[in-house]
Amino acid sequence: MTDITAPSPPAAGERYVLNPMYLFRWEPTQDAHVLLYPEGIVKLNQTAGDIIARCDGRRTVADLVGELQQRYPGDDVRVAEGVYKFLEVFRAKGWIRRQA
Amino acid sequence: MPKDGSVVRLDGQGKPLWLVLELTYRCPLKCPWCSNPVDYARDGEAELSTAEWKRVMREGRELGALQLGFTGGEPLLRDDLEELVADASALGYYTNLITSGVGLTENRLRALKAAGLNQIQLSLQSSDRELTDTLVGARAFDLKLKVAHQIKAQGFPMVLNVPVFRQNIGQVADILALAEDIGVDYLEFANIQYYNWAMVNRDELLPTREQIAAAEREVQAARERLGDRMTIYFVIPDYYEGRPKACMNGWGSIHLTIAPDGAAMPCQEARIIQGLDFPTVRDKSLAWLWNESPTFEKFRGDAWMSPTCRSCDEKEKDFGGCRCQAFLMTGDAANTDPACARSPHHHLIGEAIARAHAPGRKVQPLVMRNDGNSRRLARGGQGGCGSGTGCGSGTARMEPDHV
Ligand SMILES: C[S@@+](CC[C@H](N)C(=O)[O-])C[C@H]1O[C@@H](n2cnc3c(N)ncnc32)[C@H](O)[C@@H]1O
Ligand code: SF4
Ligand code: SF4
Repeated sequence: MTDITAPSPPAAGERYVLNPMYLFRWEPTQDAHVLLYPEGIVKLNQTAGDIIARCDGRRTVADLVGELQQRYPGDDVRVAEGVYKFLEVFRAKGWIRRQA
Repeated sequence: MPKDGSVVRLDGQGKPLWLVLELTYRCPLKCPWCSNPVDYARDGEAELSTAEWKRVMREGRELGALQLGFTGGEPLLRDDLEELVADASALGYYTNLITSGVGLTENRLRALKAAGLNQIQLSLQSSDRELTDTLVGARAFDLKLKVAHQIKAQGFPMVLNVPVFRQNIGQVADILALAEDIGVDYLEFANIQYYNWAMVNRDELLPTREQIAAAEREVQAARERLGDRMTIYFVIPDYYEGRPKACMNGWGSIHLTIAPDGAAMPCQEARIIQGLDFPTVRDKSLAWLWNESPTFEKFRGDAWMSPTCRSCDEKEKDFGGCRCQAFLMTGDAANTDPACARSPHHHLIGEAIARAHAPGRKVQPLVMRNDGNSRRLARGGQGGCGSGTGCGSGTARMEPDHV
């Protein structure tokens, strides 16, 4: 079961998966990752693409933060905060779901 | 790591992001609000072949199209549908099948799944068997429900499209319950748009403002109850908005529709507009049709706009509304959409509403979408009703498919 209604913010031990309704892929004509779904297109910026690519149901939020901190070295605290914020926004938009 | 802006808005940058293929105008149903041309049955060019559709899809991808819709008519009447879907998937499209459900069997669903179809939009007209079957002119209700469950069983994301008009607007709560039971992902209440067959039957179909408000309250309550489980859209009728819809996100901006005979159109209704030329993919490349065709250029930007729109601070948001509606109601496609309260023709909307709900108005039978009525209307030479004249009046004697 995946929980799609719980409004609580993401926690370090949780895993997220892409909502199966969405198709996520690289689109060369946009030079960007896109999310495609019934009646919709979302073009993602690089960070958003980096995060969603890792919502695979295996990595925990903590794993994800670690990987992004490596990818964007510098301010680890800000990167961690950014990941949490993005995950919360993406979940609210219905793009990703919390894996129970 | 960038601070914000998780999502970049996709304005198309001049690309036809949405490609819609009207595979055929043939259809087993007879919906009297159908958005297909009223003269669909007149002798014309043959439908594009499998190879021709494949070329269109390939050229569409080259132009940057991402979303692909298979519609009609009834697209399931094409027995090459599975082959086209497979081709589209291989090209990298997100593939949408837009169907009445008639002809969708378990076997075809499996084949479509195997071909890579991404989602199915099924239309449902009522929560009531009798009313559905009467409105679409065929025994369709039981079949549609069965197909709906099969679509979900096969694991397709599903949109349930409910065209809304006077005859079914009181059923919003029942339809919501049905959709919940089926487990649809998106429920779309689409107040019908008044072109083509819907324009012919406007007096009989147009709901009242009060009916719309009541339906909207039901939708709001359901949204609160269902949360994330189902996304519910309620497309408000522009007749009651005082503001026009941002039609197609602007003419020739991100939408490209190909008619069964290959004509390229900025939207599915565009052939209503007289005086525009619609060359086909048989004559020209898709790139030429999109980038250079005078028809697509005609209403891009704002130079074509009437002074009302050109001087208006809303023009970036609604692009002056719908060109087809402007043409149908005012006779000039470059006019401000009369649905806009700032349009000098806005009174035509009020008059249409008043006519549809005039006390003592004699109820007319619905003119069903069928070949006989289509040929008759084609001879009458109208795709709707010009200059605000009553539509019912010109089309009183229709046969044989009355409701
Ligand atoms: C023209 S139909 C073609 C596909 C298929 N025959 C069907 O009915 O789903 C495409 C969609 O348009 C909707 N539709 C038909 N007439 C309409 C109108 N006048 N305004 C808005 N939507 C309409 C239908 O409910 C359907 O979802
Ligand atoms: S709206 Fe009805 S009549 Fe028109 S194409 Fe769809 S099913 Fe056929
Ligand atoms: S006047 Fe034109 S641009 Fe302004 S709101 Fe009306 S339709 Fe839109």
